[in-house]
Amino acid sequence: MLFLYFPLAIIILYAFNTQSSLFTFPPPGLTTEWFGVAFRDPSMWAALRLSLMVASLTTLVALVLGSLLAAAVHRSRFFGREAISFLVLLPIALPGIVTGIALRSSFGLAGVPFGTWTIVIAHATFCMVIVYNNALARFRRMSPNLTEASADLGASGGQTFRYVLMPNLATALLAGGILAFALSFDEIIVTTFTAGQQQTLPIWIFSRLFRPRQRPVTNVVAIMVIALTFVPILVSQLLTRETAERPREGVRGRA
Amino acid sequence: MRLTEPGRPPGLALRASGFFYRRPVARLLLLLLPGVLWLLVIYIASLGSMLAYSFWRLEEFTGLVVREFTLRTYAQLLEPANRDIIVRTAAMATAVSVACAILAFPLAYYMARYASPRMKTALYLVIIMPLWSSYLVRALAWRQILANEGILNWTLERLGLDPVVRALVGAPLVGGPSIVQSYIGLFIAFVYLWLPFMILPVQAALERVPPSYLEASGDLGAPPWLTFRRIVLPLAKPGLIAGSVFTFSLTLGDFILPQMFGTSAFFIGQQVFVQQGVIGNLPLAAAFTLVPMVIMFAYLLLARRTGAFEAL
Repeated sequence: MLFLYFPLAIIILYAFNTQSSLFTFPPPGLTTEWFGVAFRDPSMWAALRLSLMVASLTTLVALVLGSLLAAAVHRSRFFGREAISFLVLLPIALPGIVTGIALRSSFGLAGVPFGTWTIVIAHATFCMVIVYNNALARFRRMSPNLTEASADLGASGGQTFRYVLMPNLATALLAGGILAFALSFDEIIVTTFTAGQQQTLPIWIFSRLFRPRQRPVTNVVAIMVIALTFVPILVSQLLTRETAERPREGVRGRA
Repeated sequence: MRLTEPGRPPGLALRASGFFYRRPVARLLLLLLPGVLWLLVIYIASLGSMLAYSFWRLEEFTGLVVREFTLRTYAQLLEPANRDIIVRTAAMATAVSVACAILAFPLAYYMARYASPRMKTALYLVIIMPLWSSYLVRALAWRQILANEGILNWTLERLGLDPVVRALVGAPLVGGPSIVQSYIGLFIAFVYLWLPFMILPVQAALERVPPSYLEASGDLGAPPWLTFRRIVLPLAKPGLIAGSVFTFSLTLGDFILPQMFGTSAFFIGQQVFVQQGVIGNLPLAAAFTLVPMVIMFAYLLLARRTGAFEAL
């Protein structure tokens, strides 16, 4: 456990380091000046804005596509049903560079200019599976009689969706959406190949890594990334906690 | 049977619902098409165009991609320098997967067998959190931990263990100028980052081993190691395979960590990154990308046959 969390403590500690290029332990002194430096940097703000925008749009697309697919796979038996689960899983099961280079080459061939939307398309492709898995797991635990009963009582599809499906699915979708958001916010490999000249926050951090000066600034921004991904994920895990005895719901890998 | 008031024609919403209820195929298509079209048109077509690029070549003088069929790019892939990159990456991926499996097993076993439900939920949360978040941040942290003047060496010096580490880092093949700049550092960072991906599927698989099997094995006179080898390990296999799919795939395709850690020798991901970005040789980048893809495809198909996906 210590092994898993100790590094984050180190990140926080060195954000206050008075040394600007070394990681001497224990740090010779502590200061908060790097926070000011980070917050005054316009490129950091631009990267943060882009990351937030991409992650939000990705979440939206992933929610729609992922839950529709889950509904289809859950409700019907059809030819190629197994193949769909495989197809959805593929972008995340294959290494990130595969998705990255594949999209990079097809955007290039199709003459699509690289920008915010190319990042969103790339992220949505591999984030879909998270929503899909969460929604499918919830569908499977829902009684199929519920929608039948609703229809028998005269509800239209829209009403059934609004009053029966959504309340049942809501937490699963919220949890899946949050995970998709965090995954997109954090992603760097696929992003590198589809971002063009723009920098998302992880790319911004990475581009600064090899500059020896003002290193604690990177740590300050890293703390922001931790806050923006850790807290929402914790929330999402607590949301699906009712399923603690079957804790597999939220878990599928990422790549 | 619809219970609308008699005599009143059903509204549009109801008629639409009825239409889709009576025509499950239409409903299915409506649900299915957006996602499937997205995956086919964007993802599968992209894989296709990547494949196409790998059969084209870069004209060295003009720096332009020549779009005619050639195997020259693949021939480049087999040049000794590039072959070394592939072998190096596959070896690292194997080592990382094995290490993750060994480290993950005891914890997964504890979670599945001995932990109280509350403890299990807590452990589960603790493991899942780093799986979803801050990949780059945690890599960054290890760079600072392993730094020469950093906390690891500080601790080791206090413990008097620094000569051991110096010997390790100085060792041929795996060593380098410092821990960060050696395969040992890269290996540590990889294992650390991918460990949760191994723990969870293994735990899920072990969860399904009925305790009665272990008791039966013991009753039949099997010593613990035999029970482990003949009962636990085979039943945990789908979990180990599922976990290794992740650790292997993630290691094969990563170019961030090999850039932050390790020697100057390239890994597949870095070569792809440099060929695509700096040199602009998209055909060679595509051909290189196909290597981990082919490896993973074979592995996934094999894994599917062992039923590893149900254990996820």
